[in-house]
Amino acid sequence: MAMTVQLDVVSAEEKIFSGLVESIQVTGSEGELGILPGHIPLLTGIKPGMVRIVKQFGEEHLIYVAGGVLEVQPHTITVLADVAVRAEDLDEQAALAAQKSATEAMQHAGADFNYAEAAAQLAEAIAQLRLIQKLRKK
Amino acid sequence: MAGAKEIKSKIGSINNTRKITSAMEKVAVSKMRRAQERVAHSRPYAEGMRKVIGNIANGTLEYRHPFLTERPVKNVGYIVISTDRGLCGGLNTNEFKRVMIDLRTWKEQGVNAEFAVIGNKATAFFKRFGGKVVAQQVGSGDTPRLADVIGTVRVMLNEYSEGKIDRLFLVYNNFVNTMKQEPVIEQLLPLPKAEMSARSHSWDYIYEPDPKAILDQLLDRYVESQVYQGVVENAASEQAARMVAMKAATDNAGSLMDDLKLVYNKARQAAITQELSEIVGGAAAV
Repeated sequence: MAMTVQLDVVSAEEKIFSGLVESIQVTGSEGELGILPGHIPLLTGIKPGMVRIVKQFGEEHLIYVAGGVLEVQPHTITVLADVAVRAEDLDEQAALAAQKSATEAMQHAGADFNYAEAAAQLAEAIAQLRLIQKLRKK
Repeated sequence: MAGAKEIKSKIGSINNTRKITSAMEKVAVSKMRRAQERVAHSRPYAEGMRKVIGNIANGTLEYRHPFLTERPVKNVGYIVISTDRGLCGGLNTNEFKRVMIDLRTWKEQGVNAEFAVIGNKATAFFKRFGGKVVAQQVGSGDTPRLADVIGTVRVMLNEYSEGKIDRLFLVYNNFVNTMKQEPVIEQLLPLPKAEMSARSHSWDYIYEPDPKAILDQLLDRYVESQVYQGVVENAASEQAARMVAMKAATDNAGSLMDDLKLVYNKARQAAITQELSEIVGGAAAV
């Protein structure tokens, strides 16, 4: 029987996957990663994209994550997934909105084109598309 | 039959109120169940996060993050989570009282405070109280999302990074059980020292791209997840408190109605007796 490792995929709002896996593939911030049992400790960011999981007994499983952090220990792997695509500028904007709301009654900002938001949405859309295409191929 | 009509209409109005409060109780019961589920759902993430951060603290680390280092306290920050709506007993009042007590001890040491508020009730309270509010977030509703807290958290993290505050606390109502919710004040930053488990050998992660970037991201997410956890706990507490308050209101309305019915029946009987004695008196006179 193939070696397995405990994998937990969790987001702040729910638990997405938990169980024994033979290997996983994720898109790390520096490139594609394939992780097998007994990997040395690793901590990396994840890009929006899919996590391909080979479960115990070889069954495959695809999960879409919108970024997050991957932690690898020899006997456990944890994917701390974000619930939405996040960009530094977007967080900054959320912060500004909260500040603004504290100083004044929120006035409607108007419908000006928002580059950072659009870019993040695009990245998410592309990642989702890739997932759909991959699923279709089968 | 003096006052009988008034009493009757009063009974009617109390009955209507009782219908409303009992409906609110039932709504709170079902909402509480869902809120509790949400608390349970968000727990694995916070636990995973804590585990990773514990590992980082235990590993031999080459980079010290400002969130991990203590510094002398001159200013403190609070993130106060409250409900958006009232009619939930003393939930918010008790929480604010707890903050005030905490604040007084800081004031005695000459420490200033600023606040970030989540929820209408805290907003209204700090408007009256006159604290320095740097961020606010209202209208999260019954299904709070992580995205709702990001902005508020970011403001406070920036304040911390810029040295405007030296400690950051989170205030919310902890859901103990249906009957008991207690306000808690937790220290978010700097990270409270975890109990160090003695490790025989020292090790470190491989970091990609580099420890600074990944730790920055991780610690931000950690604080966010703690605040989100606070928000969902508070939402569960709100529903539980409302359920208890509405049950008490329904019971009170019931006993009030019983009392009024007694008064009404007494008045009715007195009127009948009086009428009878008048008739008998009239017959005797003839």
